[in-house]
Amino acid sequence: MASMRDIKRRKGSIQSTQQITKAMKLVSTVKLQRAKGRAEKSKSYFECMYETVTSMLAKTGNLNHRYLKSGSSPKKALILITSNRGLAGGYNSNVIKLVTQGELKKEELSIYAIGGKGRDTLRRYGYEIRADYSEFIEEPLYIDAMNICKDVLAAFESGEIGEIYLAYTSFRNTVSHDPKLLKLLPVELSEEKPEEEKTSQALMSFEPEDDQALDMIIPKYITSLIFGAMVESAASENGARMQAMDSATSNAEEMIEDLTLMYNRARQGSITQELTEIIAGANAIS
Amino acid sequence: MADNFLLKIITPDRVFFEEEASMVEFNTTEGEIGVYKNHVPMTVIIKPGILTITQDGGVREAALHAGFVEILQDKVTILAEIIEWPEEIDAERAEAARARAEERLKSRTPETDVARAETALQRAIARIQLLK
Repeated sequence: MASMRDIKRRKGSIQSTQQITKAMKLVSTVKLQRAKGRAEKSKSYFECMYETVTSMLAKTGNLNHRYLKSGSSPKKALILITSNRGLAGGYNSNVIKLVTQGELKKEELSIYAIGGKGRDTLRRYGYEIRADYSEFIEEPLYIDAMNICKDVLAAFESGEIGEIYLAYTSFRNTVSHDPKLLKLLPVELSEEKPEEEKTSQALMSFEPEDDQALDMIIPKYITSLIFGAMVESAASENGARMQAMDSATSNAEEMIEDLTLMYNRARQGSITQELTEIIAGANAIS
Repeated sequence: MADNFLLKIITPDRVFFEEEASMVEFNTTEGEIGVYKNHVPMTVIIKPGILTITQDGGVREAALHAGFVEILQDKVTILAEIIEWPEEIDAERAEAARARAEERLKSRTPETDVARAETALQRAIARIQLLK
């Protein structure tokens, strides 16, 4: 059995770890509330944006627009959203796994990293990191998404990359978030509910005409997707961290209980032993 | 007035405005337009300018800089990337931005991003006009 002092030291160390995890949990709870509020507020914008763009694409049909077909280059851009800090359970590794074990080939990808963890891990695996926007994820702003969008679209237009993907963690609720891989460009037409659209939007006309309208709306659409992904990922990150820290705190609690029991036993044992020794000593003298 | 429609203005971080209105005016790539109820369904792209909302209670204005508008017969949805009420605008900053953009357009070099400078100028002018 370990000595009393060893147990005591171990317990102290776990206790101070527990204090840290508890504090981190509280911090991420507050941050989660904020990030969740932001994600919810921005949701209506994306839904509207999505509806408009799909109805536009449905109407324009098989238009040979440059944003609707892949470029000639085999290179694919991937915008990867992770966090800058660790201790968030499986949050970062889940998204990274999606990329490394997915169908996308390492040689073809060039990574636009938002978030230091993803950047460092993929660099270690030998992926090409093209740009790094890690500072943006702390407080996602729409203007940041606009800048990122401008950079990737410039690369797309110059023919350096043929397709654009986005990997992020979507936020369903506080306890469940799923990593997701989304194709941004070429824009893909979703097949859902064509009938409904026909009735409400059949007469929709565009000003300026289709081509130009697409030129202007699709970058906005992509920007909004990137921004939405950033906001959701930020919420997921804090949710994941909150969960991880919560279970770490309760694990520490459990360990402390066990150690307290062990400590008390050891203490009792040493007292008994001492008593036996004294009694034995007294007996020997008399 | 009976001829009201629902005007909804949303930005990436908030619902900016969601009320009944009788008319709304703004600047598009094709020129300034005013929309009443029962307008032909249309989607237009916004150019920086002043947005004027006419309601029963009066007229409100805002500086609208980028985005697009979906016009339906009884509903107008403005997806605005940037929009501000007059009280949110910093007059000095707008003035400085205008001076900067004008300067850039005047001393034009091959590297100047003319389109960007022009939008910046339009934005600054819209802000300044709104404050007047």
